Amino acid sequence: DKHLRAQSKRKPAKKTKKAVVFFEVEILDAKTKDKLCFLDKVRHHSSFFTHLWNLFFLKYLYPQWYPARQSIRLDPKGKSLKDEDVLQHLPVGTTATFYFRDLGAQISWVTVFLTEYTGPLVIYLLFYFRVPFIYPPKYDFTTSKHWVVHLACMCHSFHYVKRLLETLFVHRFSHGTMPLRNIFKNCTYYWGFAAWMAYYINHPLYTPPIYGEQQIRIALIIFLFCQIGNFSIHIALRNLRPPGSKTRKIPYPTKNPFTWIFLLVSCPNYTYELGSWLGFTLMTQCLPVAFFTLVGFIQMTVWAKGKHRSYLKEFRDYPPLRSPILPFIL
Amino acid sequence: MNIYLIVFIYLFLNYASQNEDGSEVELTSRFSTTLPGVAHVPSLTATVVQERRPLIVAVMSAAASGTSKAAHGDVAAKRKKGPGALATAYLVIYNVVMTAGWLVIAVGLVRAYLARGSYHGLYYSIEKPLKFFQTGAVLEILHCAVGIVPSSVVLTGFQVMSRVFLTWAVTHSVREVQSEDSVLLFVTAWTVTEIIRYSFYTFSLLNHLPYLIKWARYTFFIVLYPMGVTGELLTIYAALPYVQKTGLYSVTLPNKYNFSFDYYTFLILIMISYIPLFPQLYFHMIRQRKKVLGHIEDYGKVE
Repeated sequence: DKHLRAQSKRKPAKKTKKAVVFFEVEILDAKTKDKLCFLDKVRHHSSFFTHLWNLFFLKYLYPQWYPARQSIRLDPKGKSLKDEDVLQHLPVGTTATFYFRDLGAQISWVTVFLTEYTGPLVIYLLFYFRVPFIYPPKYDFTTSKHWVVHLACMCHSFHYVKRLLETLFVHRFSHGTMPLRNIFKNCTYYWGFAAWMAYYINHPLYTPPIYGEQQIRIALIIFLFCQIGNFSIHIALRNLRPPGSKTRKIPYPTKNPFTWIFLLVSCPNYTYELGSWLGFTLMTQCLPVAFFTLVGFIQMTVWAKGKHRSYLKEFRDYPPLRSPILPFIL
Repeated sequence: MNIYLIVFIYLFLNYASQNEDGSEVELTSRFSTTLPGVAHVPSLTATVVQERRPLIVAVMSAAASGTSKAAHGDVAAKRKKGPGALATAYLVIYNVVMTAGWLVIAVGLVRAYLARGSYHGLYYSIEKPLKFFQTGAVLEILHCAVGIVPSSVVLTGFQVMSRVFLTWAVTHSVREVQSEDSVLLFVTAWTVTEIIRYSFYTFSLLNHLPYLIKWARYTFFIVLYPMGVTGELLTIYAALPYVQKTGLYSVTLPNKYNFSFDYYTFLILIMISYIPLFPQLYFHMIRQRKKVLGHIEDYGKVE
């Protein structure tokens, strides 16, 4: 283990006469309990404890553990401390013991989102243009004779372009990173389902919706309505949080009618997303699309319930009428 | 058949209610939590070592003695009010019935073999009880979901559904494979495994587990598991040409749901999936064996 004397960066220029409280800090590995680092003479006003840790110790002692993959906590199985935590406000004595856990390789949310959304966009188009080796060779580079197939391609592509743009310009992420293995899991899900859906919709033997134009028109209206709704919610959520901050507030309906659903639902972005995919299912009348909608719905319900629960825990005055994802139902 | 059933249950359970090495197995609540498929049963006060308890008394006291903990309770002996005694009694009955059922299948196989004098075509003599009791195992998924058994729903679901798939979607559905010898291979493996496994659960629930059963459960798999897998794979392989010829369970385009499914390709994918899955499960059991049989006195960390 490494023993290092450290002092806060913010050392006062002149020596003060009154006694200064020093902390002793030791950092142990959460799993093996090995001593990773021991610091004495850490000043109590060493604010941004994690910041201090990052600056001095990881840079020099363990450079492979970049900040995003560190988790420092008071208890080996406890929650991670945040960057903003101040040493003197933590429930420790003058000798503080912290536990370090390596979160594993991390990847930024933005990277993951961009990758997982670009895939379906490109893959669907490959099927739409009937690139060779997918369908029988006589159909290579032909286009479908059903106009609903062209409409479906436009809707699907619009949806993912919207998502990409939102990732780049709209969303404000509270965590910078997620574990690296998530990108493989997520991409398999999105890319796999996109390929599966696109295969059938763009197939030469595709059967258009039974109720024809009427069905397609209704489906398109639902789809567009929910896309606008989803976008409105993303904007509303973004406006809750000033740039660079990580504050959390209760979302409320704004002037935009599409946000009035906040009266009844905690996570209307998921509600609208479900609606969009239901519209797309109706438009294409394709069972794989229905499966994709169902699986997405199940996942979003899990997320919505979690979010709803954390809203309830964090805010005493949380509106009681709201349901997690479906008004009054779920 | 019924007489055999009753006689076998009686004899088997009576025999098994004495511990092989004479010592009473001391099961604390910690131990019970960590056994797969066993409801969390707080310890019956350990009886004096050489005492033989008649089984009916064991059942009654297990049911009466108290609460069984939900699957996700914590390991320390914290008593939590729950379905408790009723769940334990139900699980004991369930496991006894399943043990008996697979014994029926075992007996049926032996009788048929003795009657015919050959190994071929024995499937037909145990077809009905096999279907009934293997399908009955679906209840185990429910047990995990409800929480009276501390196993993972997903894992149990996966195991049970793969058995049910083999039984119904392959063996029952493709008549031509029913006379294959590979069917006998996996049926035998399943039968022996299940008899041991269900009697293991039964005795664990009654806090009366003979070492022989525990040893058997964690040892026989070494042979039975590969045997069963071989039988299953050979059976699926034998079914392939018939599936392809008849287009069984397959859907083709065009259709109004814009969906297609090729059962033939699906079966091939299933066979391929054995390659990553089987070693993982096998070596997991081997690790379990080291833990369980390696420390005979230490029941603290069974799983």
